[in-house]
Amino acid sequence: MIEFCGISLEHRIVNGSGTFDAIAARRAFGDAIYEQFPFAAFVSKTVTLAPREGNPPPRLWELPGGLINSIGLPNKGLEGYLLEDLPQLAELSVPLIVNVMGSTREDVARLVGAFAERDEVAAIELNVSCPNVKTGLIMGADPSELAALLDHVRPHAAKPLIVKLTPNCAAPADVAAAAEEHGADAVSLINTLRGMAMDPHRPGEPWLGGGTGGVSGPAVRAIALSQVREVRERVSLPIVGMGGVQSGHHATDLRRVGADLVAVGTESFRDPLAARRIADEASSLEEAFPANAARGVGVVRL
Amino acid sequence: MSRNPASTAATGPNPASTAATGPNPASREGLAAGGVAHGRIATTNNPTGADGRTLAPVERRLTQLVLRRDHGPYTVLTVADPDGPRPDPGQFYMLTAARRWGGGEDERPFLPRAFSVMRSRDGELDFLLEDVGPGTNRLAELGPGDGLHLLGPLGRGFARPRDGRRPILVGGGVGIAPLAIWGDALGAAALTLLGFRDAAHAEGRALIPGARIATDDGSIGFHGLVTELLRAELGCDPRAEVYACGPPPMLDAVKRIADDHGVPGQLAMESGMACGFGACFGCVVPTKRGYLRLCVDGPVVDLSLVPGVHQSDPARGAGSPAEVTRS
Repeated sequence: MIEFCGISLEHRIVNGSGTFDAIAARRAFGDAIYEQFPFAAFVSKTVTLAPREGNPPPRLWELPGGLINSIGLPNKGLEGYLLEDLPQLAELSVPLIVNVMGSTREDVARLVGAFAERDEVAAIELNVSCPNVKTGLIMGADPSELAALLDHVRPHAAKPLIVKLTPNCAAPADVAAAAEEHGADAVSLINTLRGMAMDPHRPGEPWLGGGTGGVSGPAVRAIALSQVREVRERVSLPIVGMGGVQSGHHATDLRRVGADLVAVGTESFRDPLAARRIADEASSLEEAFPANAARGVGVVRL
Repeated sequence: MSRNPASTAATGPNPASTAATGPNPASREGLAAGGVAHGRIATTNNPTGADGRTLAPVERRLTQLVLRRDHGPYTVLTVADPDGPRPDPGQFYMLTAARRWGGGEDERPFLPRAFSVMRSRDGELDFLLEDVGPGTNRLAELGPGDGLHLLGPLGRGFARPRDGRRPILVGGGVGIAPLAIWGDALGAAALTLLGFRDAAHAEGRALIPGARIATDDGSIGFHGLVTELLRAELGCDPRAEVYACGPPPMLDAVKRIADDHGVPGQLAMESGMACGFGACFGCVVPTKRGYLRLCVDGPVVDLSLVPGVHQSDPARGAGSPAEVTRS
């Protein structure tokens, strides 16, 4: 067992938010997916206060070594999630981390407060890749904006708060430092990188219904490595590292630059049990070459 | 993805996906989401979900190509699946070549490709594909003994006709695939109408013996659209239920014609898909119940849930049909 923000986990591989739907997977695979659950903790899709339908299709575009998605955070809203999804997710044998997003600090605080009082929830992850409608700034792209958010939200939760950093900003490490200083318990990175694709049949028009989307998969792995390392050099908080992980080697690489946990996302689309294989591979590698990543100790200096 | 089959060819729209034929989703209720909860065919003692669908083993299985046969521009891949469950007609699988998946056009494919099962027997599955993009191109290169990864069966399949109605199956192009297994299950009661572009494509008719054929260029069978055959049939006897799979304009026409005659139906639809089991939320189609994920709530969607023509944008495949294989 390992420990992350006071939560006991069986191994170090979790899922990236929005890359696995345990409830839908149970419809496709039955209880077997709960019994062989590939992740050490389950991170939910983003929950917002009001229900969201998501972006118009097309929502996907395949890339060399990855894809762009423009899903638009479809979800049932806080009330629907608490009524319909939470009871089903509570049946998972692993800790549940709920990811939330709001467009004002007050909205985020309401979401955090609502989940903070639920025993089914082990930790809360903040999706800060959206604008604060009152300031016009992306909450997670600016250190002072993030600091103000955490100052507002922190008092609403005794549970661990994880800040999901966006790579679409000038200096993710500055934002991570603000997160640490203002009470976050951990940071996770990288979120997807903004990208777009053109419609092959309509010259000059974007393919994705949402116009732009987020790039993920092996195509972003090199960026993830460098950003995790940069953040590790600035903060001693636990880090959930992710970005294009397809094997135990990739997971171990992220561990060696400073990640405590590693998330698998896009690779699960290709194989629902990929995370289990990656966890097994990574733990054999770590036995041979301990990563010592925790809290910046022994981080590789390049 | 595929969407537009025909056009997709080379460059294809990408992606991601394409595929599947899938069903339709539903969503909240868990059960009838796709609107087709009525009487499915119990094939075997398969493990089934709460909505009656055959469940997929969680593990992606490494299997082998047993046989490949060409019919004009179409290729039938026969894949060994000795340990998998028998699929419901209308369900689909995600396929990946075990070697060299990637490195084709534009360094793709990356994601698995979704295909409706065309037939299943004795531990083997048949899939129908047409080489229209980097995924189908790689799969079409495979020969006997080559390895594939297989995940499935996935999605919700067809439901039996309501109220003893006569089943009419309407397929276009590579979309004939799920109608083959469904026609086998329905037996002699089913009338199958198939449409192809030209004589070369019409070689696909060998896959469903006894079907009536239409070709766009009149080279084989009726000269015109397969949906004109459907209109004539329903004009004679509207006590029918329509099952259709094919390109978006064909499905739009099926919807219009069935509605004109007050006839119920089910469409096996297609959309770009990354995972096949509800994880990515990429394969939604607009329905009267909002967006449904074709992979878990489809790929078979009840006609009553499908918006009228022009509410979706068929040219982009967003709401459309199911052809299973394009990409």
